[in-house]
Amino acid sequence: MAGALASRRKATNLAVAVLASTAAVIALAVLASILWTLLARGLPALRFGILTTSMAPTGENGGLANAIVGSLIQDGIGMLIAIPIGVLAGTYLAEYARGSKLGEVTRFVSDILLSAPSILVGLFVYTLMVATTRSYSGIAGAVALAVIAIPIIIRTTEDMLSLVPVALREAAAALGAPKWKVVTLIAWRAAGAGMLTGILLALARVAGETAPLLFTSLGNLNWSTSLAKPMASLPVAIYQMASSPYEDLVQIAWAGALIITVGVLAINILAQLTVGRRR
Amino acid sequence: MTDITAIDLLPAASGRPRRSLGAERLFGGSVTAMGMIVLGLLSAIIVMLAIGAWPTFRSFGLAFFWNPVWDSVADKYGAGVMVYGTLLSSAIALLIAVPLAVGVAYFLTELAPQAFRRPVGIVIQLLAAIPSIIYGMWGFFVLAPLLAAHFILDVADLFAHVPVLNKVFDYGSGNSVFTAGLVLAAMILPLITAMFVEILAATPVVLKESVYGLGATRFEVVRHVAVPYGRRAMIGAVMLGLGRALGETMAVTFVIGNATRLSPNLFAQGATIASTIANEFSEAGFGSMKLAALLGLGLTLFIISFIVLAASRALVAPRVVS
Amino acid sequence: MTAQLSKTLRRAVLLGAAFAFAAPAVAAEITGAGATFPAPLYAKWASAYKAATNNSLNYQAIGSGAGIAQIKARTVDFGATDDPMKPDAIADAGLVQFPAVIGSEVIIVNLPGVNSLQLKLTPEIIAAIYQGKITKWDDAAITKINAGVPLRSMPITPVYRSDSSGTTAIFTNYLTKAAKNWTLGAGKTLSWPTGSGGKGNDGVAGNVKNTVGAIGYVEYNYAAANKLTMTKLSNASGKFIDPTAASFNAAASQADWAGAPNVTTNMLALPGANTWPIVSATYILVPAKAADPKKTGEVLAFFDWAYKNGAKLAVDLGYLPLPTTAVRRIHAEWNAVTRK
Repeated sequence: MAGALASRRKATNLAVAVLASTAAVIALAVLASILWTLLARGLPALRFGILTTSMAPTGENGGLANAIVGSLIQDGIGMLIAIPIGVLAGTYLAEYARGSKLGEVTRFVSDILLSAPSILVGLFVYTLMVATTRSYSGIAGAVALAVIAIPIIIRTTEDMLSLVPVALREAAAALGAPKWKVVTLIAWRAAGAGMLTGILLALARVAGETAPLLFTSLGNLNWSTSLAKPMASLPVAIYQMASSPYEDLVQIAWAGALIITVGVLAINILAQLTVGRRR
Repeated sequence: MTDITAIDLLPAASGRPRRSLGAERLFGGSVTAMGMIVLGLLSAIIVMLAIGAWPTFRSFGLAFFWNPVWDSVADKYGAGVMVYGTLLSSAIALLIAVPLAVGVAYFLTELAPQAFRRPVGIVIQLLAAIPSIIYGMWGFFVLAPLLAAHFILDVADLFAHVPVLNKVFDYGSGNSVFTAGLVLAAMILPLITAMFVEILAATPVVLKESVYGLGATRFEVVRHVAVPYGRRAMIGAVMLGLGRALGETMAVTFVIGNATRLSPNLFAQGATIASTIANEFSEAGFGSMKLAALLGLGLTLFIISFIVLAASRALVAPRVVS
Repeated sequence: MTAQLSKTLRRAVLLGAAFAFAAPAVAAEITGAGATFPAPLYAKWASAYKAATNNSLNYQAIGSGAGIAQIKARTVDFGATDDPMKPDAIADAGLVQFPAVIGSEVIIVNLPGVNSLQLKLTPEIIAAIYQGKITKWDDAAITKINAGVPLRSMPITPVYRSDSSGTTAIFTNYLTKAAKNWTLGAGKTLSWPTGSGGKGNDGVAGNVKNTVGAIGYVEYNYAAANKLTMTKLSNASGKFIDPTAASFNAAASQADWAGAPNVTTNMLALPGANTWPIVSATYILVPAKAADPKKTGEVLAFFDWAYKNGAKLAVDLGYLPLPTTAVRRIHAEWNAVTRK
């Protein structure tokens, strides 16, 4: 290249490279600050007692045991509800409703639910379950999480099933298999890893949700595994303790923040590995 | 896959056609039913919001959507302040996050060594999965005090004598719409970046190489080939980030300041729809106008999210995979 | 891989189910919600009560207004409010109200260079600040009584409660009584002309912490635990007084519980050279006849235990236990409650 135009283009290229690098540095700095804060405040506060003791007021060496267990229960039951509905609905969209108007509408509706703010889901379940039974409950929390997980599972199930080669399905049909066998024995197996990834991603998402639990399972300072009563959960416990005026409770909140982040990241890594394995 | 034999696939050798037809109907019926449950779920949510919010619209009419008066004492409600706060904080978030995301994506795909891209890409995806409450806590414990200590005072002093801008950058608090916007920017940054990286990387090499062959610089290739090629998907990614920012509760509630008053000042405390619902829901008694107003806020948020979603779908190519 | 996964899944599901349905030896579990004002103390009482009797109390601090709303809706076993309900409202809702403990409010500020209990404020100044009449810290009214305190020309940000709050009710009732220039009235929520809102006592404390030049009102505990800068206040006798157990007591001891209508008293802006001007009881609401009266019985048993055994815990946290005259009146109120 030669001439004024060429050098201008070179200069522009360089300028953009500098800008992009600056952007990368800024973005990196911000995200590093967040991770650093999490580690710097959370790690010192982590002690084994946090996993074994329930929440307690200031000065009593409390922990997060009841919140962790409450989260496990609500996440688990929420997923138990969401997986069958999500997988079957996703199968419906991928296998039975391709190209039909009803299928398009359902897909659209699922996308709306997918991007619906989670606090609205909390409002919905409050009106449906808490107001009617006059009681905050763990099961209401689980249902709220299920409603959030279902559209995620539908989306990933449908996408994964669409990836299964038509040839496979045609081969099975040529042997005389009925449609339901083609779907369950062939398509589900072929897309299995991808579907599992979607389920894990949905789990990671609901594990970190706070807002929908605020009006459904409310929170519980004590150890409780009853689904009919208010139930503690890790995100809500963190939220309550983080704004406490007592330094020791704020510390526990940071430890909880670290625990939940590690948990969510672990599930995500597991999901990535699952996808990678089968490819 | 190898453990399935032809026998498994056959519906009926002899004497069992009916059971197979039954199984077919059962399965087909179940999946269809589940699909319909999804439809029912959304309808239920909309109906619940609409019915619950009806008393508000009956009292205040459509003006509810923009009336900036939220008076719990006189029981007069309007969504104006919250809509303003929601849109403003999300706009700030996009204004900051999108250019940064473009920069990072350009850096990763064009400037950084090839081996760098995959691990960093994974790290960014993991960052996108961090629960939003972590961002809220970071905003409350780190960002807000930082802004309060120096930044706000300095900026306010800087603009103190500039005619219009001194109302926008006036003295305020570390807990403000601006801080909420920054926290949201940090939250959606990994999300949008990860998608931009993937979109830019998905540009067909052939297209890029042909333009390189003509002697284009890196920047020109990205600007004239990669971006136009992936423009629709990038817009979709931005819309996705916007959708997340609009409905975010926890990241915002810690730092928004909860003032139900309109102010042109970026550093003034404000309120978003989601933060107001989170803060005031437990105080609203059954059948009270406040509860109806909060559900009205929920409906407003739903409508805003819906508009954003519809716009993004219209702009992005359908996700058909074969 | 799928076979292994399903075996693990099956085991996990079974374990989870066992967890979910295995109930520990049945002990009472009561849920209460409401005021953030006494929340730190209720948490301590609950913990000690659990250690003593194995019954647990789950108290959610969501604000007085929310506590009233939730007990009216019967979604909790008791509600807690610093702003006592009026008798006809109580009767309408089918509730019974009684005090639990006495606490105090302090004024906190965020002024770099000013130490705790260094700044002096009067109710008139506070009223003017919250009404937007005094907007800078170097205003003549403030500097006149604070010679030697470094006050810059910095804007004042009054911080109030964004949620429906009994702490606000106490604060505004105090200003109504003590400040002639206060015109905004009193109540759990107000139309504040200026300033910013925090949710809960902790929200106000956090807001003040993050805003240079801010002023706020919180329950004493939140200021002490957060090591926030508190101010002196002038009382009805005109003296500038520090918020201490002695000055709180000077107010609380003047309350006449024996003759108190509806077992509520007003301890705001009481006379006396050493009296702290913002002291108040905080109240509990239970259903007169709940769907499950045994639950209400458990609630009353808890508070009975607290009156007998919780005094030291209260004093440790800066609250004041109720005197025996009050407890006698409370027991009389409880006769109206169905407990079985």
